Amino acid sequence: MFTDLLNQYDWATVSRLIDTATATDVERALSRTARTLTDFAALISPAARPYLDVMARQSQQLTQQRFGKTMQLYAPLYLSNECQNICTYCAFSLDNKIRRRTLADDEIDREADALKAMGYDHVLLVTGEANQTVGVPYIKNAIRLLRDRFAHISMEVQPLDQPAYADLIAEGLHTVLVYQETYNRDSYQLHHPKGKKASYRYRIETPDRLGQAGIYKIGLGALLGLSDWRTDSFFTALHLDYLERTYWKTRYSLSFPRLRPIDVLGASGVQSRDFGQCMTDRELVQLICAYRLFKPDVELSLSTRESPRFRDHVIRLGITSLSAGSKTNPGGYVVEPQSLEQFEISDERTPAEIAAVIRRAGYEPVWKDWDPTLMTLCR
Amino acid sequence: MTTQSLRIADRTFSSRLFTGTGKFSSTGQMESALLASGSELVTVALKRIHAGDKADDTLRHLTAPHMHLLPNTSGVRTAREAVFAAQLAREALETNWLKLEIHPDPRYLLPDPIETLKAADELVRLGFVVLPYIHADPVLCKRLEEVGVAAVMPLGSPIGSNKGLRTLDFLEIIISQSQVPVVVDAGIGAPSHAAAAMELGADAVLVNTAIAVADNPVQMATAFKLAVEAGRLAYEARLGSTSSVAVASSPLTAFLDE
Repeated sequence: MFTDLLNQYDWATVSRLIDTATATDVERALSRTARTLTDFAALISPAARPYLDVMARQSQQLTQQRFGKTMQLYAPLYLSNECQNICTYCAFSLDNKIRRRTLADDEIDREADALKAMGYDHVLLVTGEANQTVGVPYIKNAIRLLRDRFAHISMEVQPLDQPAYADLIAEGLHTVLVYQETYNRDSYQLHHPKGKKASYRYRIETPDRLGQAGIYKIGLGALLGLSDWRTDSFFTALHLDYLERTYWKTRYSLSFPRLRPIDVLGASGVQSRDFGQCMTDRELVQLICAYRLFKPDVELSLSTRESPRFRDHVIRLGITSLSAGSKTNPGGYVVEPQSLEQFEISDERTPAEIAAVIRRAGYEPVWKDWDPTLMTLCR
Repeated sequence: MTTQSLRIADRTFSSRLFTGTGKFSSTGQMESALLASGSELVTVALKRIHAGDKADDTLRHLTAPHMHLLPNTSGVRTAREAVFAAQLAREALETNWLKLEIHPDPRYLLPDPIETLKAADELVRLGFVVLPYIHADPVLCKRLEEVGVAAVMPLGSPIGSNKGLRTLDFLEIIISQSQVPVVVDAGIGAPSHAAAAMELGADAVLVNTAIAVADNPVQMATAFKLAVEAGRLAYEARLGSTSSVAVASSPLTAFLDE
């Protein structure tokens, strides 16, 4: 289990390793063809700032060699906003008095139709954590409803036990995204005071359970803004490196979501809660390029949390998949577009517009890069 | 001047450059580059296409009469999955030709020899023309030949790496003892690598990344076409032997003639 490795590391020591990296460390990291975790620490350090353009060039070259001039597109399908957890940064948090909604079969169908009409073949199913109403049977039913219409099904839901994952994979589940949010235990407890999610250990061992269940792809990430982004990213890289060695048949993707403002329903109506800037654009580019230089074959995904201008520019710098036209509320595409979103979208352009942006950047938008016929399914 | 044509199973090829269809910046550019390459056999990943759909954007650009499709099973992890996917590919693309790819490792995409041999055995029995992607392992090539594959496709270096013929010594052994065509697949990053493989006696090469990711894919495709032809011409013309041992002016064995 990853926790055995994690316990050998100490947050403060890692922070110091990153903060004390020198220009020499950065240059050494840049000159290598295969990079270590220590190299990664140098590449995300303040000392690497003057080398950003060199990093960007290397990142672009490595990405094109491995992934070609292509960009995958996917969209989230929010199935439910019911949630028993309290997460301080999320609009679905139990203590936010919004109306709760879980899509019924015909509503899932209509939302799916809308996504298909936009051209999507890769869908990401998203829920909160409400095991009574949105447990494994509900998710399994949703996969069955969607698997003949989408080439690739991924999900971002509550962490599950290994047999449940094995069960869902046999139904057609390809990818699971499970972000640790933060690897800092104190910060994790502070931001997740209540619900099953309060267990740091259960969450951090989720990718192990997924690997043991034989999942095709795991998405990892830290929610940037909860703790120091550099240290959190080091631990994300450590986690990735461990998983790649341990579950070598599984593919991995990384996300780097920055905290976004959310709407909170209080006594005086809807209020926006803003978390301020946790990381500059320049720092996020540095992180994207550092991930690429560390792992030339990992998929890097960028959501509509980021601004159009930023997304348009980083397409060329190492990203391999984008979402577009996303709605982060259940029923958000057609069933009930006005309901409250999980977080505010920054890039509201349609999938067709994003596809045009990708083409103008000299890349091919890829809508389909998987086929269920490649999996052994029980039907 | 033309080179000898290449025969694999029931088909004859005048071009010895096989190509891939991934990684291009647009399907239009892919088509132009593949036409410039003169390639008559192009691989298509099942996962990238809507196999039953004639309007599929990739397939629409691969309709030139001289271009034969070679569906590949990229994405499968076991022999069982490969056989299942192959049957669907045969039905949807109306070809019994198959590039058998089983790489359970998604990072380096290195082929699994055990699963590949198992799948090849079964697919041949099912009537497929099987071209397996494999490591440059001479024994495995012979085992595959024994189960009836139509050609073998050993790698030059890790796929997409553009590193050239890092497995040179093993490719030489494979070529010297193979009774089926040998297609060097993966890792060919420059026309000079392709020419070197052809001079070595490979029957064909398969190139994708080096063409798709070039600044000018059409020009690069043309360069590969010429390199493959040059390499083959040189092979057929019989290269002079090379020697790293200088011929001494006073041979050590001169006393025998005294």
